[in-house]
Amino acid sequence: MQPETTTPPRPAHMGDVAVLPPGALPEARPATSARELAADFTRGIWRENAVFKQMLGLCPSLAVTTSAVNGMAMGLATLVVVAMSNASVSAVRNLIPGSVRIPAFVVIIATFVTVVDLTMNAFAHELHKTLGLFIPLIVVNCIVLGRADAFACKRPLPRAVCDGLGAGTGFTLALVVLGSVRELVGFGTVFGVSVFGAAYPPFLLFILPPGAFIVMGLMLAGVNRLQSRMGG
Amino acid sequence: MAGELALIAVSAMLVNNFVLARFLGVCPFLGVSRKTESALGMGAAVMFVMTVASLVTWLIQRLVLVPFHLEYLQTITYILVIAALVQLVEMVVQKTSPVLYQALGIFLPLITTNCAILGVAILVQQKAYGFLETLTFAMAASAGFGLALVLLAGIRESLELAFVPKAFQGNAIVLVAAGMLSLAFMGFSGLVRG
Repeated sequence: MQPETTTPPRPAHMGDVAVLPPGALPEARPATSARELAADFTRGIWRENAVFKQMLGLCPSLAVTTSAVNGMAMGLATLVVVAMSNASVSAVRNLIPGSVRIPAFVVIIATFVTVVDLTMNAFAHELHKTLGLFIPLIVVNCIVLGRADAFACKRPLPRAVCDGLGAGTGFTLALVVLGSVRELVGFGTVFGVSVFGAAYPPFLLFILPPGAFIVMGLMLAGVNRLQSRMGG
Repeated sequence: MAGELALIAVSAMLVNNFVLARFLGVCPFLGVSRKTESALGMGAAVMFVMTVASLVTWLIQRLVLVPFHLEYLQTITYILVIAALVQLVEMVVQKTSPVLYQALGIFLPLITTNCAILGVAILVQQKAYGFLETLTFAMAASAGFGLALVLLAGIRESLELAFVPKAFQGNAIVLVAAGMLSLAFMGFSGLVRG
């Protein structure tokens, strides 16, 4: 930690991560504590997991999770978009009038989606072809707009980025879990590595569209059960 | 030509049903399928907006984006056009037909974030459809969406009276039911090749 001469002394437990310029953010506290950032990050992973707890972003979760790799690629693409759009929305939050904020957010999000779309097409062409339509459709993923409108447009930049990273990680984990289960039952492999041996007969139902709905339903039931066990 | 259009219609409506096979528009599919009447209203609103939106984006692609080599702006342009269009449709319907507004009103704002609308607009470009083909595709796709929505609403209304294990209550059982519905729709896959 760098000693700062201009900032007032803080309690020892607050590890400083970012020291914001004084006077720049009237509604924010002078600095954001590491604990707050960690809380912003972890909230999206389990307690407010977008897919399992809030039922947001279901279209890509069901469509691309035919294998663990596809789920992970889709999750990471969304993670990049949600983190970058959260950062931009937070950076310009004092410039956007409230009445036009949604169209403004949509333009910001669509810009990053286009960046991710073109980048993936250039450097991961095969993956881009598999995910196809669902890369441009990140634009209408409720998670991205939801985080921008509910969190990033009222918070300082570091917290907005951590929140975006958390929501994106939670989404990626959900997709990897869904993809792994479908791939395991459907083909007997996880990330392309054989688990049940070569003699495993493919169980195509789980790879085909109905399998996505059924696996997702069973997993939600599992989450419900877990929650009632934990006394939630 | 007519045969080709019929093929597109059957394929978009039944074989590659937007919700059950392509997973476009799953959020409203689960959100607005509690009652058959609201499912019908949502289906009609989607049909209206989807048809208009796909034709308008088709024209914009042909008349603006391609001549000026701006294809990379496709995603941004489409989503803005769709959002503006939904607003416009809402205002026009409110002014001209209060009855229709009563029926569709609450569903219209929800449609902007329905990925099926943007999905149709992009798919039409990927498949390089002409004007008539676009019209057929959009109408059939939205009819298929409405059909799936109404069917699921019917299932959910009967589920209200059934015994459901505690862990499955809520969305879990609905997803499993949607899976069964999707399984039933796979029976159509022999109808059209490709």
